[in-house]
Amino acid sequence: MGEMDQIEDGRPTDAAPSALETMVVHLQHLLGDAVSSADISGGQIILRTTSPALITLLTSLRDDVVASFNQLTDLTAVDYPDRPERFEMVYQLLSMKNNMRLRILMPVDEGQTAPSVVGLFNSANWAEREVWDMFGIFFAGHPDLRRLLTDYGFEGHPLRKDFPLTGHVEVRYDDTLRRVVNEPVSLVQEFRDFDFLSPWEGMQGQIDAGSADKVGKGE
Amino acid sequence: MGVIDPYTAPPIPQGPDQDAILKAVGDEITNRGFVIAKADKLFNWARSGSLWPMTFGLACCAVEMIHSASSRYDMDRYGMLFRPSPRQSDVMIVAGTLTNKMAPALRRVYDQMPEPRWVLSMGSCANGGGYYHYSYAVVRGCDRIVPVDVYVPGCPPTAEALIYGLLQLQKKIRRTATIART
Repeated sequence: MGEMDQIEDGRPTDAAPSALETMVVHLQHLLGDAVSSADISGGQIILRTTSPALITLLTSLRDDVVASFNQLTDLTAVDYPDRPERFEMVYQLLSMKNNMRLRILMPVDEGQTAPSVVGLFNSANWAEREVWDMFGIFFAGHPDLRRLLTDYGFEGHPLRKDFPLTGHVEVRYDDTLRRVVNEPVSLVQEFRDFDFLSPWEGMQGQIDAGSADKVGKGE
Repeated sequence: MGVIDPYTAPPIPQGPDQDAILKAVGDEITNRGFVIAKADKLFNWARSGSLWPMTFGLACCAVEMIHSASSRYDMDRYGMLFRPSPRQSDVMIVAGTLTNKMAPALRRVYDQMPEPRWVLSMGSCANGGGYYHYSYAVVRGCDRIVPVDVYVPGCPPTAEALIYGLLQLQKKIRRTATIART
Protein backbone atom coordinates (compact mmCIF):
# COMPACT_ATOMS: atom_id res chain seq x y z
CA MET A 1 0.00 0.00 0.00
CA GLY A 2 1.31 3.44 -0.91
CA GLU A 3 1.47 6.54 1.22
CA MET A 4 -1.54 7.97 -0.58
CA ASP A 5 -3.76 5.37 1.05
CA GLN A 6 -3.19 6.68 4.55
CA ILE A 7 -6.32 7.54 6.43
CA GLU A 8 -6.79 10.92 8.02
CA ASP A 9 -5.52 10.21 11.50
CA GLY A 10 -2.14 9.40 9.98
CA ARG A 11 -2.12 5.67 10.57
CA PRO A 12 -0.80 3.68 7.61
CA THR A 13 -3.40 1.29 6.25
CA ASP A 14 -1.12 -1.72 6.24
CA ALA A 15 -1.23 -1.74 10.04
CA ALA A 16 -4.03 -3.63 11.76
CA PRO A 17 -7.36 -1.86 11.14
CA SER A 18 -8.48 0.40 13.96
CA ALA A 19 -11.81 0.02 15.72
CA LEU A 20 -13.14 2.89 13.61
CA GLU A 21 -12.12 1.27 10.35
CA THR A 22 -13.61 -2.03 11.41
CA MET A 23 -16.81 -0.20 12.28
CA VAL A 24 -16.91 1.58 8.91
CA VAL A 25 -16.56 -1.72 7.09
CA HIS A 26 -19.25 -3.22 9.28
CA LEU A 27 -21.58 -0.25 8.73
CA GLN A 28 -21.11 -0.31 4.96
CA HIS A 29 -22.01 -3.97 4.98
CA LEU A 30 -24.95 -3.38 7.32
CA LEU A 31 -26.43 -0.29 5.72
CA GLY A 32 -25.81 -0.91 2.04
CA ASP A 33 -27.53 1.66 -0.17
CA ALA A 34 -28.92 3.69 2.73
CA VAL A 35 -25.56 5.38 3.17
CA SER A 36 -24.07 7.26 0.22
CA SER A 37 -20.58 7.73 1.71
CA ALA A 38 -18.72 6.81 4.89
CA ASP A 39 -15.58 8.62 6.03
CA ILE A 40 -13.47 8.93 9.13
CA SER A 41 -12.62 12.47 10.17
CA GLY A 42 -11.28 13.65 13.48
CA GLY A 43 -11.60 10.21 15.04
CA GLN A 44 -15.27 10.04 14.18
CA ILE A 45 -17.30 8.28 11.51
CA ILE A 46 -19.25 10.52 9.15
CA LEU A 47 -22.06 9.03 7.10
CA ARG A 48 -23.89 10.84 4.33
CA THR A 49 -27.41 9.89 3.46
CA THR A 50 -30.60 11.15 1.87
CA SER A 51 -33.93 11.87 3.54
CA PRO A 52 -35.83 8.80 2.20
CA ALA A 53 -33.14 6.50 3.64
CA LEU A 54 -32.74 8.24 7.00
CA ILE A 55 -35.21 6.23 9.05
CA THR A 56 -33.91 2.84 7.91
CA LEU A 57 -30.34 4.06 8.46
CA LEU A 58 -30.99 5.24 12.01
CA THR A 59 -33.05 2.17 12.88
CA SER A 60 -30.24 -0.12 11.72
CA LEU A 61 -27.62 1.88 13.60
CA ARG A 62 -29.69 1.82 16.78
CA ASP A 63 -30.82 -1.78 16.72
CA ASP A 64 -27.74 -3.50 15.34
CA VAL A 65 -26.07 -5.41 18.17
CA VAL A 66 -22.53 -4.65 17.03
CA ALA A 67 -22.96 -0.99 16.11
CA SER A 68 -25.37 -0.17 18.95
CA PHE A 69 -25.50 3.59 18.28
CA ASN A 70 -28.47 3.83 20.60
CA GLN A 71 -28.16 7.41 21.80
CA LEU A 72 -28.95 10.53 19.77
CA THR A 73 -26.90 13.19 21.54
CA ASP A 74 -27.77 16.05 19.24
CA LEU A 75 -29.57 16.99 16.08
CA THR A 76 -29.11 20.27 14.28
CA ALA A 77 -28.93 21.85 10.85
CA VAL A 78 -26.58 24.09 8.88
CA ASP A 79 -27.58 26.64 6.25
CA TYR A 80 -25.50 26.68 3.07
CA PRO A 81 -27.28 29.26 0.85
CA ASP A 82 -25.05 28.50 -2.15
CA ARG A 83 -25.80 24.80 -2.33
CA PRO A 84 -28.55 23.46 -4.57
CA GLU A 85 -30.04 21.76 -1.51
CA ARG A 86 -29.85 24.56 0.98
CA PHE A 87 -29.81 22.92 4.42
CA GLU A 88 -27.84 20.06 5.83
CA MET A 89 -29.23 18.13 8.77
CA VAL A 90 -26.64 16.83 11.24
CA TYR A 91 -27.36 13.92 13.56
CA GLN A 92 -24.87 13.05 16.30
CA LEU A 93 -25.05 9.52 17.61
CA LEU A 94 -23.20 7.87 20.47
CA SER A 95 -22.50 4.22 21.00
CA MET A 96 -21.80 3.71 24.69
CA LYS A 97 -20.96 0.11 23.98
CA ASN A 98 -18.18 0.90 21.50
CA ASN A 99 -17.19 4.26 23.02
CA MET A 100 -17.70 5.72 19.58
CA ARG A 101 -19.45 8.71 18.10
CA LEU A 102 -21.00 8.98 14.68
CA ARG A 103 -22.26 11.88 12.60
CA ILE A 104 -24.88 11.62 9.89
CA LEU A 105 -25.21 14.38 7.28
CA MET A 106 -28.36 14.71 5.22
CA PRO A 107 -29.12 17.46 2.70
CA VAL A 108 -32.60 19.01 2.80
CA ASP A 109 -33.81 21.69 0.44
CA GLU A 110 -35.91 24.68 1.43
CA GLY A 111 -39.57 23.67 1.41
CA GLN A 112 -38.69 19.99 1.49
CA THR A 113 -39.69 18.00 4.57
CA ALA A 114 -37.31 15.92 6.63
CA PRO A 115 -38.54 12.72 8.29
CA SER A 116 -38.99 13.09 12.03
CA VAL A 117 -36.93 10.69 14.11
CA VAL A 118 -38.89 11.18 17.34
CA GLY A 119 -40.29 7.67 16.93
CA LEU A 120 -36.74 6.31 17.11
CA PHE A 121 -35.10 8.67 19.56
CA ASN A 122 -37.21 10.61 22.02
CA SER A 123 -34.37 13.10 22.50
CA ALA A 124 -35.06 14.36 18.97
CA ASN A 125 -38.34 15.92 20.05
CA TRP A 126 -37.20 19.33 21.24
CA ALA A 127 -34.13 19.28 18.97
CA GLU A 128 -36.39 19.03 15.93
CA ARG A 129 -38.59 21.78 17.36
CA GLU A 130 -35.50 23.94 17.67
CA VAL A 131 -34.43 23.20 14.09
CA TRP A 132 -37.93 24.01 12.90
CA ASP A 133 -37.79 27.25 14.85
CA MET A 134 -34.33 28.32 13.77
CA PHE A 135 -34.21 27.05 10.17
CA GLY A 136 -37.80 26.37 9.15
CA ILE A 137 -37.20 22.77 8.19
CA PHE A 138 -40.48 20.90 8.53
CA PHE A 139 -40.35 17.47 10.15
CA ALA A 140 -42.94 15.06 8.83
CA GLY A 141 -44.46 12.96 11.58
CA HIS A 142 -43.35 15.09 14.54
CA PRO A 143 -45.93 14.85 17.35
CA ASP A 144 -45.80 18.51 18.43
CA LEU A 145 -43.89 20.73 16.01
CA ARG A 146 -44.15 24.14 17.67
CA ARG A 147 -41.54 26.85 17.95
CA LEU A 148 -39.19 26.28 20.85
CA LEU A 149 -37.03 29.31 21.53
CA THR A 150 -38.35 32.43 19.85
CA ASP A 151 -41.18 34.66 21.01
CA TYR A 152 -44.81 33.67 20.61
CA GLY A 153 -45.96 34.81 17.18
CA PHE A 154 -42.39 35.28 15.96
CA GLU A 155 -42.03 35.38 12.19
CA GLY A 156 -39.01 34.10 10.31
CA HIS A 157 -36.26 31.64 11.09
CA PRO A 158 -33.32 33.39 12.75
CA LEU A 159 -30.45 31.04 11.92
CA ARG A 160 -31.06 31.26 8.19
CA LYS A 161 -28.29 33.27 6.60
CA ASP A 162 -30.78 35.64 4.98
CA PHE A 163 -32.42 36.55 8.31
CA PRO A 164 -31.37 40.06 9.38
CA LEU A 165 -29.44 40.17 12.66
CA THR A 166 -31.81 42.65 14.25
CA GLY A 167 -34.94 40.87 13.05
CA HIS A 168 -38.14 42.57 12.02
CA VAL A 169 -39.91 43.49 15.28
CA GLU A 170 -39.04 44.85 18.70
CA VAL A 171 -41.15 45.03 21.84
CA ARG A 172 -42.26 47.93 24.01
CA TYR A 173 -44.79 48.36 26.81
CA ASP A 174 -47.70 50.45 25.64
CA ASP A 175 -49.20 52.53 28.44
CA THR A 176 -52.54 53.04 26.74
CA LEU A 177 -53.03 49.43 25.66
CA ARG A 178 -51.53 48.28 28.99
CA ARG A 179 -49.61 45.45 27.40
CA VAL A 180 -46.33 44.69 25.67
CA VAL A 181 -46.63 45.38 21.94
CA ASN A 182 -44.60 44.38 18.90
CA GLU A 183 -43.41 47.13 16.60
CA PRO A 184 -41.17 47.32 13.52
CA VAL A 185 -37.52 47.72 14.46
CA SER A 186 -36.20 51.27 14.58
CA LEU A 187 -32.54 51.51 15.51
CA VAL A 188 -31.05 54.81 16.58
CA GLN A 189 -27.67 53.68 15.32
CA GLU A 190 -27.02 51.00 12.74
CA PHE A 191 -24.91 47.98 13.57
CA ARG A 192 -21.26 48.72 12.95
CA ASP A 193 -18.83 45.99 12.03
CA PHE A 194 -15.40 47.04 13.21
CA ASP A 195 -12.33 45.51 11.62
CA PHE A 196 -9.93 45.07 14.49
CA LEU A 197 -7.18 43.27 12.58
CA SER A 198 -4.59 45.46 14.26
CA PRO A 199 -4.57 49.10 15.37
CA TRP A 200 -2.26 50.03 12.50
CA GLU A 201 -4.19 48.26 9.78
CA GLY A 202 -7.39 49.62 11.24
CA MET A 203 -6.10 53.20 11.11
CA GLN A 204 -4.53 52.86 7.66
CA GLY A 205 -7.87 52.97 5.92
CA GLN A 206 -8.78 56.17 7.76
CA ILE A 207 -5.40 57.73 7.03
CA ASP A 208 -5.76 56.88 3.33
CA ALA A 209 -9.28 58.28 3.27
CA GLY A 210 -8.09 61.46 5.03
CA SER A 211 -5.19 62.06 2.60
CA ALA A 212 -7.48 61.42 -0.36
CA ASP A 213 -9.85 64.06 1.04
CA LYS A 214 -6.99 66.55 1.42
CA VAL A 215 -5.79 65.94 -2.12
CA GLY A 216 -9.32 66.34 -3.34
CA LYS A 217 -9.71 69.63 -1.49
CA GLY A 218 -6.29 70.86 -2.62
CA GLU A 219 -7.27 70.43 -6.23
CA MET B 1 -29.85 75.02 68.07
CA GLY B 2 -30.72 74.83 64.39
CA VAL B 3 -32.52 72.02 62.59
CA ILE B 4 -30.26 69.19 61.50
CA ASP B 5 -31.15 67.35 58.34
CA PRO B 6 -30.16 63.77 59.12
CA TYR B 7 -29.60 62.99 55.42
CA THR B 8 -27.16 65.75 54.62
CA ALA B 9 -25.51 66.34 57.97
CA PRO B 10 -22.51 64.23 58.90
CA PRO B 11 -23.34 61.44 61.35
CA ILE B 12 -22.94 62.39 64.97
CA PRO B 13 -20.02 60.45 66.43
CA GLN B 14 -20.27 58.52 69.65
CA GLY B 15 -19.73 60.72 72.67
CA PRO B 16 -21.55 63.19 74.91
CA ASP B 17 -23.32 64.90 71.96
CA GLN B 18 -24.87 61.68 70.72
CA ASP B 19 -25.74 60.63 74.27
CA ALA B 20 -27.53 63.94 74.81
CA ILE B 21 -29.71 63.43 71.72
CA LEU B 22 -30.54 59.85 72.60
CA LYS B 23 -31.32 60.85 76.19
CA ALA B 24 -33.60 63.64 74.96
CA VAL B 25 -35.54 61.16 72.81
CA GLY B 26 -35.73 58.70 75.69
CA ASP B 27 -36.95 61.39 78.11
CA GLU B 28 -39.59 62.42 75.60
CA ILE B 29 -40.96 58.88 75.50
CA THR B 30 -40.94 58.41 79.31
CA ASN B 31 -42.43 61.83 80.03
CA ARG B 32 -45.09 62.09 77.32
CA GLY B 33 -45.32 58.60 75.87
CA PHE B 34 -44.77 59.68 72.24
CA VAL B 35 -42.26 61.30 69.91
CA ILE B 36 -43.21 63.76 67.22
CA ALA B 37 -41.76 63.13 63.78
CA LYS B 38 -42.71 64.08 60.23
CA ALA B 39 -44.91 61.38 58.74
CA ASP B 40 -43.31 61.40 55.31
CA LYS B 41 -39.83 61.17 56.82
CA LEU B 42 -41.02 58.28 58.94
CA PHE B 43 -42.48 56.52 55.94
CA ASN B 44 -39.37 57.10 53.90
CA TRP B 45 -37.26 55.81 56.75
CA ALA B 46 -39.36 52.67 56.94
CA ARG B 47 -39.45 52.17 53.19
CA SER B 48 -35.76 52.69 52.62
CA GLY B 49 -34.88 50.55 55.60
CA SER B 50 -36.78 47.50 54.44
CA LEU B 51 -36.35 47.29 50.68
CA TRP B 52 -37.39 43.81 49.80
CA PRO B 53 -36.18 43.06 46.30
CA MET B 54 -38.01 40.81 43.89
CA THR B 55 -35.57 38.19 42.66
CA PHE B 56 -35.60 38.62 38.89
CA GLY B 57 -32.35 36.98 37.86
CA LEU B 58 -32.22 36.52 34.10
CA ALA B 59 -28.57 35.86 33.32
CA CYS B 60 -25.04 36.06 34.71
CA CYS B 61 -25.90 39.28 36.58
CA ALA B 62 -28.05 37.12 38.81
CA VAL B 63 -24.90 35.46 40.14
CA GLU B 64 -23.54 38.84 41.24
CA MET B 65 -26.93 39.64 42.73
CA ILE B 66 -26.71 36.42 44.72
CA HIS B 67 -23.20 37.40 45.86
CA SER B 68 -24.49 40.71 47.15
CA ALA B 69 -27.12 38.86 49.14
CA SER B 70 -24.90 36.18 50.60
CA SER B 71 -22.53 36.27 53.53
CA ARG B 72 -19.69 38.46 52.26
CA TYR B 73 -21.73 41.54 51.35
CA ASP B 74 -24.91 40.52 53.13
CA MET B 75 -27.72 42.79 51.92
CA ASP B 76 -29.65 41.79 55.01
CA ARG B 77 -27.60 44.42 56.86
CA TYR B 78 -29.67 47.06 55.07
CA GLY B 79 -32.91 45.26 55.71
CA MET B 80 -33.00 43.90 52.15
CA LEU B 81 -34.39 40.41 51.91
CA PHE B 82 -34.97 38.68 48.62
CA ARG B 83 -38.56 37.66 48.17
CA PRO B 84 -39.71 34.97 45.78
CA SER B 85 -43.06 36.67 45.24
CA PRO B 86 -43.76 40.04 43.61
CA ARG B 87 -46.60 40.62 46.07
CA GLN B 88 -44.15 40.83 48.96
CA SER B 89 -41.59 43.02 47.20
CA ASP B 90 -40.85 46.74 46.99
CA VAL B 91 -38.07 46.77 44.44
CA MET B 92 -37.42 44.64 41.40
CA ILE B 93 -33.79 44.03 40.42
CA VAL B 94 -33.78 43.26 36.70
CA ALA B 95 -30.54 41.29 36.63
CA GLY B 96 -29.62 40.20 33.13
CA THR B 97 -30.67 40.02 29.50
CA LEU B 98 -34.35 40.70 29.00
CA THR B 99 -35.58 38.83 25.94
CA ASN B 100 -38.67 39.62 23.90
CA LYS B 101 -40.30 36.46 25.11
CA MET B 102 -39.63 37.33 28.76
CA ALA B 103 -40.82 40.94 28.47
CA PRO B 104 -44.56 40.31 29.04
CA ALA B 105 -43.70 38.13 32.05
CA LEU B 106 -41.49 40.87 33.48
CA ARG B 107 -44.22 43.43 33.04
CA ARG B 108 -46.75 41.13 34.65
CA VAL B 109 -44.52 40.60 37.68
CA TYR B 110 -44.00 44.36 37.92
CA ASP B 111 -47.74 44.92 37.77
CA GLN B 112 -48.23 42.44 40.59
CA MET B 113 -45.94 44.35 42.94
CA PRO B 114 -47.73 46.53 45.49
CA GLU B 115 -47.03 50.26 45.45
CA PRO B 116 -44.80 52.02 46.26
CA ARG B 117 -42.43 50.08 44.03
CA TRP B 118 -39.10 50.70 42.45
CA VAL B 119 -37.07 49.09 39.70
CA LEU B 120 -33.31 48.72 39.61
CA SER B 121 -31.83 47.83 36.24
CA MET B 122 -28.66 45.83 36.72
CA GLY B 123 -26.00 45.42 34.04
CA SER B 124 -25.53 46.43 30.42
CA CYS B 125 -28.17 44.09 29.02
CA ALA B 126 -30.93 45.37 31.27
CA ASN B 127 -29.79 48.98 30.85
CA GLY B 128 -29.76 49.08 27.06
CA GLY B 129 -29.49 45.64 25.54
CA GLY B 130 -25.72 45.62 26.03
CA TYR B 131 -23.90 42.98 24.08
CA TYR B 132 -27.20 41.86 22.53
CA HIS B 133 -28.36 45.34 21.51
CA TYR B 134 -28.66 44.37 17.84
CA SER B 135 -30.16 40.95 18.47
CA TYR B 136 -33.53 39.98 17.07
CA ALA B 137 -34.60 38.49 20.40
CA VAL B 138 -33.53 40.99 23.07
CA VAL B 139 -35.27 44.07 24.46
CA ARG B 140 -33.02 47.11 24.04
CA GLY B 141 -33.20 48.12 27.68
CA CYS B 142 -35.73 47.03 30.28
CA ASP B 143 -36.92 50.66 30.54
CA ARG B 144 -38.90 49.93 27.39
CA ILE B 145 -41.04 47.65 29.55
CA VAL B 146 -40.97 49.06 33.10
CA PRO B 147 -40.03 52.47 34.55
CA VAL B 148 -36.51 52.26 35.97
CA ASP B 149 -35.29 54.18 39.03
CA VAL B 150 -31.62 53.24 39.19
CA TYR B 151 -29.29 51.95 36.49
CA VAL B 152 -26.25 49.99 37.62
CA PRO B 153 -23.64 49.80 34.84
CA GLY B 154 -21.28 46.88 34.37
CA CYS B 155 -21.08 43.57 32.60
CA PRO B 156 -21.84 42.18 35.09
CA PRO B 157 -21.69 44.83 37.83
CA THR B 158 -19.83 43.65 40.90
CA ALA B 159 -21.75 42.86 44.06
CA GLU B 160 -20.41 46.11 45.52
CA ALA B 161 -21.76 48.03 42.54
CA LEU B 162 -25.19 46.53 43.03
CA ILE B 163 -25.14 47.38 46.73
CA TYR B 164 -24.06 50.92 45.84
CA GLY B 165 -26.97 51.11 43.43
CA LEU B 166 -29.37 49.95 46.12
CA LEU B 167 -27.97 52.54 48.55
CA GLN B 168 -28.50 55.17 45.86
CA LEU B 169 -32.08 53.94 45.61
CA GLN B 170 -32.41 54.34 49.38
CA LYS B 171 -31.23 57.93 49.01
CA LYS B 172 -33.71 58.49 46.22
CA ILE B 173 -36.53 57.16 48.38
CA ARG B 174 -35.51 59.30 51.34
CA ARG B 175 -35.54 62.51 49.33
CA THR B 176 -39.01 61.78 47.99
CA ALA B 177 -41.11 64.24 49.99
CA THR B 178 -44.49 62.68 49.43
CA ILE B 179 -46.54 59.95 50.99
CA ALA B 180 -48.87 59.88 48.04
CA ARG B 181 -48.92 56.78 45.86
CA THR B 182 -46.47 57.02 43.04
